[in-house]
Amino acid sequence: MRRIKAVNQKAARVERYVEGERRSAAAASEGEHPDGTGAASAEDELDVVGLESSGPDGPQIPFGCTLIFSPGWETDSGGGTAGLCQPVERDLFDCHLGCFWPAQVPDQLNNAGDWTSKCAAAQKDWRKLDLVFP
Amino acid sequence: MSARLAPREYHAFEAEGLRFLYLVPSAAVFCADDAASAVLDRLEDVGPDTVEGLESGLSDTLPPAEVRAAVVDLYEVRAIGPEDAGPEPMPVEAPPDGIPLKTMVLNVTSKCNLGCTYCYEYGDDKLVEAGTMPRFMDEETARQSVDFMLAEAGVGERCHLTFFGGETLLNFKLLQSTLAYARERAEAEGKRVDFSLTTNGTLLKPDVIEWLAENEVGVTVSIDGPREVQDELRVFNNGKGSYDEVVPRVRELLQRHTSRPVGARVTLTKQNLDVIGAFRHLTEDIGFWEVGFAPVTTAEGRDYAIEGEALDRMLEQFEELAWEWLEYAVQGRHHGFSNVSESIEEIHKGFSKSHPCGAGVGMLGVSTDGNLGLCHRFAGSEEHRFGSVTDGVDREKQVQFLEEHHVAYKPDCHTCWARPLCAGGCYHEAHTRYGTTKAPNLHYCEWIRSWTDICLRVYGALAVRNPGFLNHFEH
Repeated sequence: MRRIKAVNQKAARVERYVEGERRSAAAASEGEHPDGTGAASAEDELDVVGLESSGPDGPQIPFGCTLIFSPGWETDSGGGTAGLCQPVERDLFDCHLGCFWPAQVPDQLNNAGDWTSKCAAAQKDWRKLDLVFP
Repeated sequence: MSARLAPREYHAFEAEGLRFLYLVPSAAVFCADDAASAVLDRLEDVGPDTVEGLESGLSDTLPPAEVRAAVVDLYEVRAIGPEDAGPEPMPVEAPPDGIPLKTMVLNVTSKCNLGCTYCYEYGDDKLVEAGTMPRFMDEETARQSVDFMLAEAGVGERCHLTFFGGETLLNFKLLQSTLAYARERAEAEGKRVDFSLTTNGTLLKPDVIEWLAENEVGVTVSIDGPREVQDELRVFNNGKGSYDEVVPRVRELLQRHTSRPVGARVTLTKQNLDVIGAFRHLTEDIGFWEVGFAPVTTAEGRDYAIEGEALDRMLEQFEELAWEWLEYAVQGRHHGFSNVSESIEEIHKGFSKSHPCGAGVGMLGVSTDGNLGLCHRFAGSEEHRFGSVTDGVDREKQVQFLEEHHVAYKPDCHTCWARPLCAGGCYHEAHTRYGTTKAPNLHYCEWIRSWTDICLRVYGALAVRNPGFLNHFEH
């Protein structure tokens, strides 16, 4: 919105809603909706959270790998090239936390909760990561 | 958009030379630029018009594309709409089932060692006849109340237990055992309970103060201001003023109890309308962290009732303190006028209320015999009973109450732009004044609108001058 500016939190929500409606309307008029059924309603868009950078109903900016073709090696999870899947020690975390492609790491939920506790910065401390025997 | 457009429901206000809109009923606050302001001015002054009409009417000062963009923005947030759009329909949503109990107010005694003339519990406008309630809550009822609260608080929730009276500290023994019991039970259930109490300050002995501090109990002291004011209406039963009893104890409390902020609550009456004097005395001379003011609840015509031009005097002083609050906030400093900080928080979050307060929703009062009341002010009133701590909440009555008291059923509120924040005002005030909780507080409408406008202007100014301060209200 260019002519009025959201000031309080509710206004920001109204603005996000309106922007969503506008995008839906634009997509509908251009017939671009991916599922071919016409524009998504604002409610539909709320469900698309995996791609968002600014909350569930903000602009849809893809982060990380693509959903359809795997894997998106060309850019890193921030859209640049500094954090590509190199070096391997950094990948260890990137592939099991930031990427849809699950790296095989110990079960941090149940059996090895403190597996990474000695590894504050992967690139420096990766040697401190130990094997885990269930 | 070839239909004629007209303003819809909003309240426009200015701050720092900018034009702001408070939209009703969404409670969104937008800042309009010159083009949007010009569109609104024209629709307000000249009357409904089409987009093309607006473009040509404003062509001297604005390019048509800018006018059109402004119209689109204003239309989409529903600040303007088709001339025949009519008012926004008011949704009446049934309250959700099993509303978790967030706050329980426990009336641990109905006895008081003061005899304040204006008291809603004992004064001319009392709801419950003296002698119909046990004077003190017993151990078993208190424990049952805690069990009830924890059961109703929802899974993994934090809840708040407030001790109230009468004079709360007359039942200090029960406070000690109940707090310990609630802590123990909450811990066992993985919940967290915060504690607070309200007191008149006369019984703040060293061991009480020590206990309050050690247990991080939030304290609100009912106190009206300097000696001459306090001693006018806040008196012992023999008529003796309470200032000299209260203030030295409060000073001790403030010195020792630093784990939670200690606040003062002032009851304003016709005899006590020096808001600024009371504020200065309580914050600067005595040292309270914050001070909240509320006009006395009373039927019409009582000799302490604030009416007519006295309401204007109250508003003028509130306004002076509100602007002072702003200057503090601009510098990132704390200012203890809690009436304004509470309003600013609700404006910032954009509250649009279906009911004026949490009474009967997430807050209930418990009388000394364990009956549940709409809130602490109704505890003990048979008419406003919502079940008991042993039998649980009377869901049918609760749902019926919430439905009947929805702002949608208060026609007087339907044309008021302040309804998202006010929603009709205090049930107890309404009951005292009009004999029914369903009536809006019509005697305060003008006052509430003026005060809301002041708070909106303060909010707008703060959003321009120090928006970072609003982060205090994010959560």
